[in-house]
Amino acid sequence: METMTEAPPTHGVEVRRPEVARHERSDLATLEPFIGNELETSRANAVISIRELDLSYGEKQALHRISMEILPRRVTALIGPSGCGKSTLLRCLNRMNDLIDGVRISGKVLFEGTDIYAPEIDVTELRKRFGMVFQKSNPFPKSIYENVVYGLRIQGVRNKAVLDEACERSLTRAALWDEVKDRLNESGLSLSGGQMQRLCIARAIAVNPEVVLMDEPASALDPIATAKIEELIYELKEHYTIVIVTHNMQQAARVSEFTAFFMLGRLVEYDRTGKIFTNPAQKITEDYITGRFG
Amino acid sequence: MARSGKKFESGGPFIWLTGAALAACLLMIVGLVGVVAPRALAALWPDRLVEITLVDGKKYVVALLAREPIPAASEGAGEPGSRVQVRLGNRDLYGLDFRWIPESQIVSRRSPPDAVLVERQEYGPFQGYLRKVVQGEEAASAGSGPFERLAPLLEEARERSRRLRRLEKRDIGAVNYRIEQKRLELRAIRQEGPAARAAARNLIVEIEAEVKQLERRYETLRERANRLKVENERAQVTLADANGEEKTLPVSSIVRIFRPNRLDLLGRLKVYFSRLGEFIADEPRESNTEGGVFPAIFGTVMMVVIMSAAVMPFGVLAALYLREYARQGPLVRAVRIAVNNLAGVPSIVFGVFGLGFFVYLTGGAIDRLFYSERLPDPTFKTGGILWASLTLALLTVPVVIVATEESLAAVPRGARDGSYALGATKWQTIRRIVLPAAAPGILTGLILAMARGAGEVAPLMITGVVKLAQDLPFDPNPPFLHFERKFMHLGFHIYDVGFQSPNVEAAKPMVYLTTLLLLAVIVALNLTAILVRERLRRKLRTATF
Repeated sequence: METMTEAPPTHGVEVRRPEVARHERSDLATLEPFIGNELETSRANAVISIRELDLSYGEKQALHRISMEILPRRVTALIGPSGCGKSTLLRCLNRMNDLIDGVRISGKVLFEGTDIYAPEIDVTELRKRFGMVFQKSNPFPKSIYENVVYGLRIQGVRNKAVLDEACERSLTRAALWDEVKDRLNESGLSLSGGQMQRLCIARAIAVNPEVVLMDEPASALDPIATAKIEELIYELKEHYTIVIVTHNMQQAARVSEFTAFFMLGRLVEYDRTGKIFTNPAQKITEDYITGRFG
Repeated sequence: MARSGKKFESGGPFIWLTGAALAACLLMIVGLVGVVAPRALAALWPDRLVEITLVDGKKYVVALLAREPIPAASEGAGEPGSRVQVRLGNRDLYGLDFRWIPESQIVSRRSPPDAVLVERQEYGPFQGYLRKVVQGEEAASAGSGPFERLAPLLEEARERSRRLRRLEKRDIGAVNYRIEQKRLELRAIRQEGPAARAAARNLIVEIEAEVKQLERRYETLRERANRLKVENERAQVTLADANGEEKTLPVSSIVRIFRPNRLDLLGRLKVYFSRLGEFIADEPRESNTEGGVFPAIFGTVMMVVIMSAAVMPFGVLAALYLREYARQGPLVRAVRIAVNNLAGVPSIVFGVFGLGFFVYLTGGAIDRLFYSERLPDPTFKTGGILWASLTLALLTVPVVIVATEESLAAVPRGARDGSYALGATKWQTIRRIVLPAAAPGILTGLILAMARGAGEVAPLMITGVVKLAQDLPFDPNPPFLHFERKFMHLGFHIYDVGFQSPNVEAAKPMVYLTTLLLLAVIVALNLTAILVRERLRRKLRTATF
């Protein structure tokens, strides 16, 4: 009701949208997503396969028939304008959307061949195989050490040596060890913004996940902290499959090897990053990348 | 109009309004403490004694308390002037110990250095002169002054009284307690029916022998106590009031004796702190108007502790369900409103509920199941510290629920999501992330609940508070904590001493002191909780840049 008063009166007429966007909306429903050849042929290697995924929040459909493969030990970027469903899709991969009331999902997400939405799947066990980094860094109100080993403690690890080792390894991989090794007992909330986000990355990789999901991990950070995170992502792909949602196209271009472009809940184009940014197959992708809307 | 509107919009008057509201709150608090604290602290100060002679030739050794103009209507003779309030003391001689005397009736006043103030176990203070000290047969007054001779005797008597008390309270008390336990054991066996009785014949004989032994022990202890008592009666002092009327009493009945007009500042301070110590650490005398309030302090603190132990888990669990597990909807909203309204139910209603539910229903059931050998004497089916504490826990549970719910809601979603994303279950997330982060807020709720509970009196009056409790609810007899016992409470003590006491004037200082003490106890309990909260906060400290 409150938003009604803020919007200009419509008098039953469809609100005018920017010209390009209106054009897209009617077009998108019939548009066939363009999938790069390389991705089409590598289906067998995919670590995650999304098949015909529909998702709606109550009445509102947020994802329309998404089908895509995510390749192991690669960085896959999901880009698109706000509200295009890229974060929603990311949260489908480790079933974080289950926590939201009124979410309905159909279709399949195969993780190493198993449908993660099958009824016999234990959600908590599934999530242990993923690491997740959020847009807003969210260290627990605990010490730095406890933040990093939280996932292991959840899994029941009690051995101090194992925890210590995991803490040092993860913090080193997250390029934070040298900065915090002398104050592991201080609160995780006492770090700077960039350090907090790296702490969250360390926390996510401490459990040795197979896939790391990142939801705009650098959007709240200054350029220097962002550069550090990007460098880190680049190194982490040695060990992990990474899916990153980003608002920032330069960032996608810098860190990812594959990029999927979404628009209004639909996959528009998915290809090698280089190709998407230099020679997109779809007109809409080009419009977005060149900044004609978005 | 436009101008004034602008002035208002600038916010200037609003600053004054908010400031004034705060100032009013502060004034009320300062006013309350300002009324209570000086009177309470002055109540123990030893005042000077004055010997006054009245027009009818009678003399009194008095302490002057107040002076006021005589209200015109009250004095039939119509003589204008002022009157003074005096403490006469010597209640056993005069019948009343406080009096207003018109100043016109006072012929002369003097300040005799030898006037003594004797605080006694009975009949309140004696104000007059020390005549002689007698020990056994021989009079021991001649020679050095009686006051100097009294000091060692007083010390001896005190030591003996201490021994006597220990003997009566601890040793004889323990024997009595054990005899009672054995008697109940016997009753329990007898209740079980003839077959069981036959089977337990040997046991019965054994118990009876034990009882015999205990009774013999009781007799020896009793005898020892009696010897001490007789010993204590030997040393006597003779006192005289200003008119020369004498009064003889045993030295052991003297609590404190001193000559206030001879005391220097240090001496007065000594008396002051000795009285303060007595007030805090001793038991009441003279229907609570004298002595100390230790049992009431103990009862209050223990009640608040039991209440907190009951209300914390109960309130936190309820709030956890409401906030974390229940599906948010009209039903949960209705429950929440009901909980909030519960905080507005008059406390006496909770008292009545506590009496009906805890005392009669629960207590009755417990008695039937576990204490049937004591029936018809009730054990739990009567007011007691447990029932009073649980009633207060019910009364304060809304405060805890509301505070807990709010602090749970304030735990950021990000922290929860971070935990879930690592594969934590809901319970693991609540236990490891949500509850620790919400702990300071939950403690705030507990602080509020404690403040509310510690000051509440009405529901206690029907669920277990008494004006004078024989035993503390905690003593060295197993099972140490006696939840079924009645207890004393500072709040009720104020009511009882201030408004139910036969001697209102004598009780006045006690009322102020007890009020101040209750405030201090609440502040101390709250400070403890606040310190705990600060420690928690420091552990969870957020970034400060």
